[in-house]
Amino acid sequence: MELDKLVQVGLFVALLLIGYGCGRYNEQRHFRSIKQREQTHAGILCFSFKTAPADFTGRAELVTGSVVISIDYFKKVAAALRGLLGGRISAYESLLERARREALLRMKEEAKAMGAQRIINVKLETAAISKNAHKNVGAVEVIAYGTALRESESLE
Amino acid sequence: MIISNIETIPGKTITSHLGMVQGNTVRAKHVGRDFMASLKNIVGGELKGYTELLNDARREASERMISQAEAVGANAVVNVRFSTSSVSAGAAELFVYGTAVVVE
Repeated sequence: MELDKLVQVGLFVALLLIGYGCGRYNEQRHFRSIKQREQTHAGILCFSFKTAPADFTGRAELVTGSVVISIDYFKKVAAALRGLLGGRISAYESLLERARREALLRMKEEAKAMGAQRIINVKLETAAISKNAHKNVGAVEVIAYGTALRESESLE
Repeated sequence: MIISNIETIPGKTITSHLGMVQGNTVRAKHVGRDFMASLKNIVGGELKGYTELLNDARREASERMISQAEAVGANAVVNVRFSTSSVSAGAAELFVYGTAVVVE
């Protein structure tokens, strides 16, 4: 009986440590890659308004980018504890920030591949996936979409 | 077929509205992916299987919307919106809708 409980506690602590280590490493690596790719895609401008420039004569096309990112075990536990006390849950803040920036980048990559210079009417939408487990957030999906504008000279 | 999420197609004029068109699909995750995802839930990070699944689903929903637009004789769909909702545990609905128009 004692051993049984010890195994349970041991497993919990092990998951926490694995979650903390791997989660931290993954997040830092992801943020580094996001920053680097944001610089290479800085030439593509995103706008949230709907009108194309008056002199625009090129083509318009829908571009999308989406990503599903999961939270790690340590942060999940930390967020659950935070839920008792109230206040900022920074564990989820960084999860959502990563997901949004990644989705925007994927949208820009698609726009770049078709030779567009700007994206207008950019919309971001967030949906929680895997709500089934314990009503926890667990993983989020972020979709970014907008209308990419390609100047007619770059059509050929 | 020109698709955009603004109300007009730049450089073209809308000559007639043909009403709303929509496309949807409901997808369930399969067990293998779900198992991998539950492992990923421990270490955190992107769930590539789900990203792929949702992208495929969204593409299919868009194709359905486009074929509906073609059926009513449109050559463009404007004001397109995406929406996701989880219908039941383990299944998600992807929904795409927009306004079918004829542009010149």
